[in-house]
Amino acid sequence: MRTTRFLVLAAAGALATTGLAACGGQEKDAGTADGGPIAVKASDTACEVGRTELAAGQTVFEVTNSGAKVTEFYVYAAGDRVMGEVENIAPGLKRELRVELPAGTYETACKPGMSGKGIRGALKVSGTAATVAPDAALAEATASYQRYVASQTAALLTKTEEFVAAVKAGDVAKAKALYPVARTYWERIEPVAESFGDLDPKIDGREEVVEEGMEFTGFHRIEKDLWTTGDISADGPIADQLLTDVKAIVAKANAEKLTPLQLANGAKALLDEVASGKITGEEERYSHTDLWDFNANLEGSKAAIAALRPALEQRAPELVTQLDAEFANVETALGKHRDGDGWKLHTALSKAELKELSDSINALAEPISKVAAVVAR
Amino acid sequence: MSASRLSRRRAITLAGAGVAGVAGVAAGAGALARGGAERASADQGAAAGAVPFHGEHQAGITTPAQDRLHFVAFDVVTKDRARLVELLGEWTAAAARMTAGKDAGVIGAVGGVPEAPPDDTGEALGLPPSQLTLTVGFGPTLFRDAQGRDRFGLAGRRPAALVDLPHFAGDALRPEISGGDLCVQACANDPQVAVHAIRNLARIGMGVVSVRWSQLGFGRTSSTSTGQATPRNLFGFKDGTANLKAEDGGLLREHLWVQPGDGPDWMTGGSYLVTRKIRMIVETWDRSSLVEQEQIVGRTKGSGAPLGKGDEFDEPDFAAKGDDGQPVIAATSHVRLAHPDANDGARLLRRGYNFVDGSDGLGRLDAGLFFIAYQRDPRKQFVPIQTRLARNDAMNEYLRHVSSGIFACPPGVRDGGDHWGRALFG
Ligand code: HEM
Repeated sequence: MRTTRFLVLAAAGALATTGLAACGGQEKDAGTADGGPIAVKASDTACEVGRTELAAGQTVFEVTNSGAKVTEFYVYAAGDRVMGEVENIAPGLKRELRVELPAGTYETACKPGMSGKGIRGALKVSGTAATVAPDAALAEATASYQRYVASQTAALLTKTEEFVAAVKAGDVAKAKALYPVARTYWERIEPVAESFGDLDPKIDGREEVVEEGMEFTGFHRIEKDLWTTGDISADGPIADQLLTDVKAIVAKANAEKLTPLQLANGAKALLDEVASGKITGEEERYSHTDLWDFNANLEGSKAAIAALRPALEQRAPELVTQLDAEFANVETALGKHRDGDGWKLHTALSKAELKELSDSINALAEPISKVAAVVAR
Repeated sequence: MSASRLSRRRAITLAGAGVAGVAGVAAGAGALARGGAERASADQGAAAGAVPFHGEHQAGITTPAQDRLHFVAFDVVTKDRARLVELLGEWTAAAARMTAGKDAGVIGAVGGVPEAPPDDTGEALGLPPSQLTLTVGFGPTLFRDAQGRDRFGLAGRRPAALVDLPHFAGDALRPEISGGDLCVQACANDPQVAVHAIRNLARIGMGVVSVRWSQLGFGRTSSTSTGQATPRNLFGFKDGTANLKAEDGGLLREHLWVQPGDGPDWMTGGSYLVTRKIRMIVETWDRSSLVEQEQIVGRTKGSGAPLGKGDEFDEPDFAAKGDDGQPVIAATSHVRLAHPDANDGARLLRRGYNFVDGSDGLGRLDAGLFFIAYQRDPRKQFVPIQTRLARNDAMNEYLRHVSSGIFACPPGVRDGGDHWGRALFG
């Protein structure tokens, strides 16, 4: 949670929703350019994609999770630019992803446990699709990031619902387990969420930012109760309020259309979040799950950069190379602190390990701070 | 904000940069001093002026000691030798600009496009050069790191004089504020100018180097020129009286600058730097009697004269005995033990600074002396002197050495085509 709000979003006139929305839903009628839907068999150890060579145009993937872990399915372009994704596919569920793919090479990925690089596979799309003109590349950035926000907010809502239910049921263990998971989706799109000034402190405010006459609510209030006293018996109304606030922010976030410049600044702001709040352990001072947030901020930043990638490749290819290398560097540094499907506690890291993470974030954030000017020119 | 942008724009127009976007802006802004530089000598005197960056030796060694220090040690975090060399080039360019009173980058703090972060952090806008000097040094771990790895193919170029300092009696060193692959000493007469320089170098270095530790010093504890008055350290004593000074000509060749044949050629004309952060337990010192304090130092507190003599610059007489038959300058006094007579003639150029890092939570000032000494060969100078002091110096009761560093400072950057480390990496 930050006090400065870098994204001043025009609240008006932002209702354009993309027809490419992920997360299987309303538009059941559209088929796949190349025939019927492509079946994806996802388990905890495999990710079988029915067809891996397709024609350009709209494609529908039907992802069935036969594993024991919650999974996600992605289609990535170069640099892990998300072309489409479905989040939060619970064991036994079938979800749909519809995505428009121009000719090119892509990767599919299932992420059992919702973590790591996932189980990857190649995907080849051929056919006639014009190369994107510079301005079209920027326009596509906006649409592409909107798809990302849509998928993340959907999962945020679901996971917050589960978390709230656990809190209200008094199930401390379950609430503790769900806490960092729900927050992952929040942290990935934090700059967007933070742009709605009054809601952000209610959802994500830490105790010290609560002003006179304001109540300490939201995730961190429940975090404190869960990890200090373990007594959440009085947290029902706070949990309900959290869900109401999250619903409100999800609706607002999906109505917004971020400009490429806002994306660039958002990518940087996410790393600043890491550099200022997560490295120090300030964000999750009771649960110490800061590394979950760290990873989510990093993924969110990468998604924003990935959306801008075609434009950046045209305008500043050497910057793209540098960003790729530095992203990989941070991922390697952070990857050492994995713990199963999750992350080690902040308190388990030595000062030297935290410094290594801090150095790698700074090394990435400096080139990322140059993206805005490239996008603006 | 708008005013300064306006004046920057005007300046660019004056400098003749036209419409050519960033490159044009760069050319215009780069040619400009930060502001105040031109006025410096007229308004504020020499203390505000610029010290030449290029030369035979690095500035910041015999340069008359400025009032303020920001010293930083870096670890190299990249494995890529080319990136490191590239950084040294970028640093040199930024250092040349900043010591001349200009912005760190060619675009400047306020000259660029509004969407881009400025390539200078801005806190020195309008400040004169303030005699800023930036002095670079290379630590032993750059040549071979703690795990014994030769990361940059430099192991063979490590000078024998760049020793790993031995453990001295009483050392209470904290590894996290000791050592470092590289160091930069920033000295200036304005603390803001010194901090600005280090901050911008650290920023330029992100991804290649990482700040390991840094230290601020607020008052010089040494004079390095006969033109300077002797300052006082936090024990209240004049410090720097018997120091090597810029005017010492032949002595500097003998004791300060690395001479041809001493070691690898890349160090000829350079000097070895030893830093020691020395905490002073000022509370107990202040409770000791004046006579005890003077006996410990071996000089009077008022004039700084050697005990038994009348003038600060009189030679100490170590043979003199008092009425009680005891030496006038005690056997355990600091100046007796540190004096060339006790150390085979060895001398140092001391350039330390007072520091106070707030308080220590126990109601005591976290204060002391950030000791800096330059020399031709630490094996013959700092090491034997400190070995003697560590064993016998009565002052030790009031001191704790908490950090230590040793660095090889190459000769000066000759001109615009030269850069820090060129001969070393060459
Ligand atoms: C906090 C620690 C220290 C204090 C307070 C201190 C203080 C002083 C004072 C007051 C003098 C006399 C004035 C002068 O000639 O400059 C002096 C001289 C000197 N000190 Fe220190 N000093 C400290 C540490 C050191 C260390 C670590 C070394 C070197 C290993 C050192 C080497 C010398 C030398 C070489 C002289 C000149 C002796 C002479 O030629 O008469 N000092 N110091």
